[in-house]
Amino acid sequence: MKRLAGLLLVVVALSGIVLAQNALLINGAGATFPNPIYSKWFDEFHKANANIQINYQSVGSGAGIKQTTDGTVDFGASDGPMTEEQLKAYSDKHGSGILHFPTVLGAVVPTYNIASVSASLNFTPEALAGIFLGRITKWNDPAIAGANKGVSLPAEDIVVVHRADGSGTSYVFTDYLSKVSSDWKDKVGKGTSVNWPVGLGGKGNEGVTGLIKQTPNSIGYVELIYAAKNNIAYGTVKNASGAFVKADLAGVSEAAAAKDMPDDFRVSITNAPGKKAYPIASFTWLLIPAKFEDAAKRDAMKNFLKWAITDGQKFAEDLDYAKLPKEVVAKEMKAISSVQ
Amino acid sequence: MVTSTTTVPDAGPSTGSRSFLARLKSGDEIARIITFIFASTVVLITVLLVLQLWHDSSLPRHKFGLNFFATRVWDPIAEEFGALPFIYGTLVTATVSLLIAVPLGLGAAIFLAELAPQKISDTLQFFIDLLAAVPSVIYGLLGVFIVIPLMREYLQPFLKRTLGFLPLFQGPAYGVGFFTAGIVLAIMVIPYIISISREVLLSVPRDQREAALALGSTRWESTWKVVVPFARTGIMGSIFLALARALGETMAVTMVIGNTPTISASLFSPGYSIAAVIANEFTEVYLQSLIELGLVLFLLTFVLNGLARILLVVTTQKGSGMGHV
Repeated sequence: MKRLAGLLLVVVALSGIVLAQNALLINGAGATFPNPIYSKWFDEFHKANANIQINYQSVGSGAGIKQTTDGTVDFGASDGPMTEEQLKAYSDKHGSGILHFPTVLGAVVPTYNIASVSASLNFTPEALAGIFLGRITKWNDPAIAGANKGVSLPAEDIVVVHRADGSGTSYVFTDYLSKVSSDWKDKVGKGTSVNWPVGLGGKGNEGVTGLIKQTPNSIGYVELIYAAKNNIAYGTVKNASGAFVKADLAGVSEAAAAKDMPDDFRVSITNAPGKKAYPIASFTWLLIPAKFEDAAKRDAMKNFLKWAITDGQKFAEDLDYAKLPKEVVAKEMKAISSVQ
Repeated sequence: MVTSTTTVPDAGPSTGSRSFLARLKSGDEIARIITFIFASTVVLITVLLVLQLWHDSSLPRHKFGLNFFATRVWDPIAEEFGALPFIYGTLVTATVSLLIAVPLGLGAAIFLAELAPQKISDTLQFFIDLLAAVPSVIYGLLGVFIVIPLMREYLQPFLKRTLGFLPLFQGPAYGVGFFTAGIVLAIMVIPYIISISREVLLSVPRDQREAALALGSTRWESTWKVVVPFARTGIMGSIFLALARALGETMAVTMVIGNTPTISASLFSPGYSIAAVIANEFTEVYLQSLIELGLVLFLLTFVLNGLARILLVVTTQKGSGMGHV
């Protein structure tokens, strides 16, 4: 009896190995922000195509770009487009380029904790840049109060909270500040980690939220998904058309549709025009090699991409991501066929 | 003479090999070789670690040179990296933690080893060992939800009112910062100090105490003037271990220190430590600068341990000199 059980076990183990050999394994790594929907997609795609298994490690955008360039993964993912330098480093190493494919969109929202204020606050770009540069230090500063008539703001010091770990959220937020403030652009710049002029650093969205909840008169920024899932109040931001917009998925998609999409899809949609466009929004990208060595992997990846930007989009809103605009999907379909 | 000199070289190796074989058979030699290999892996790992850190940090080492130690800026966009605020933060938090933990830990160890009844001592020791095994993220949460609010609402305003004339206790009270990180670290390292010091104190021979008591000293005098100095080396060892832990602690520190690379005389100021910045930013493209920070942390630990050992040797010589007198 024991022997039979042992034999069975061996058979099961062997068949497992055989199955594993038959399945095509594709490895990816990168951004943490789209991880929930990527996990969902890879899972659903595997259910429909049992022979294709895609593994994804959410190690951060920077690490995703690095691992893709090093060739340790088949594809990467990033919340910020690769820079010219990074693109060059990739093509120098591999002899062919890398392509960006937008998959979904997200947004970053300003969140704050002022005990005496229960109303939703309006933020102008000047106020946000001033606060994060450390120039606006009191809550009752005219730059903030001017956009919030009827709200009595306290004469207290503002405590700024930002992300301490490298993150796409910081990238989108600093990209926005760089566009609306030349001082920010010159002194700080945009990136997943920057040299913050003022403030406390929290680790992850939850670290930032924790510090804001605990610290009176604080302000910070978190992902829209995170704020929505955890019922965190957040303010509106004045967009390029002069309207104060509360971040929601429609406003984010509107921002995406407002910008002309370049052929390489490396576009920033922060501070986008359009009456309803939410200004601190961004695509997130999959980084796919222009040329695959392995034809099977290439075909699987192309099929996955096509599925993700069409049928896969139906999972987006449930997970609080904004869907790709139709025009972008059509343009991407063309680009996918160019992958060799 | 001649025969003896000719037989000795013959006999030497043969007896040696025979005894080697015999020792091999009895297992002694096998045990010696195996344990030697195990012991040497420690050295090997240390050497490989330094080599790897050295190799992987070549880019920033060449670019910044010694300026890396003197620069206060950490700007990933401008690609300017300096270790100074992180070194400062690491040293300050470790110092604060030891200033709190050493008197508390040593006092508790003396009570447990010398004054408490056996039963109470053993029970308390059980809880202390339990504390030492708590994961650091738990201490971090304790820091975030209990120490930070306490600091912001009570301790920092109190210190500002009473000792606010000192630059150490000035500036806005955020709750997070060097002081809070030092306190959380102190809570984390106290169990190490108590646990090891208690063992060391318990192992002091009975005669030492009896001799002191026989000479007419009180119980406390025998403890403080005889037993504690006798156990000094071991107590220092427990403090080294606490220091090493405080220098390298990552998770709990990053949760309470504020993660801002600043150098400020005020303990209330938010700061940053080497281990915390590595943990936060290791996914970034400038990984090599972080690896150099890792190398700096290793050096720091190495130098501080070295200094502590020198201190120990010096005080031991003094102690034994006095003993002779």
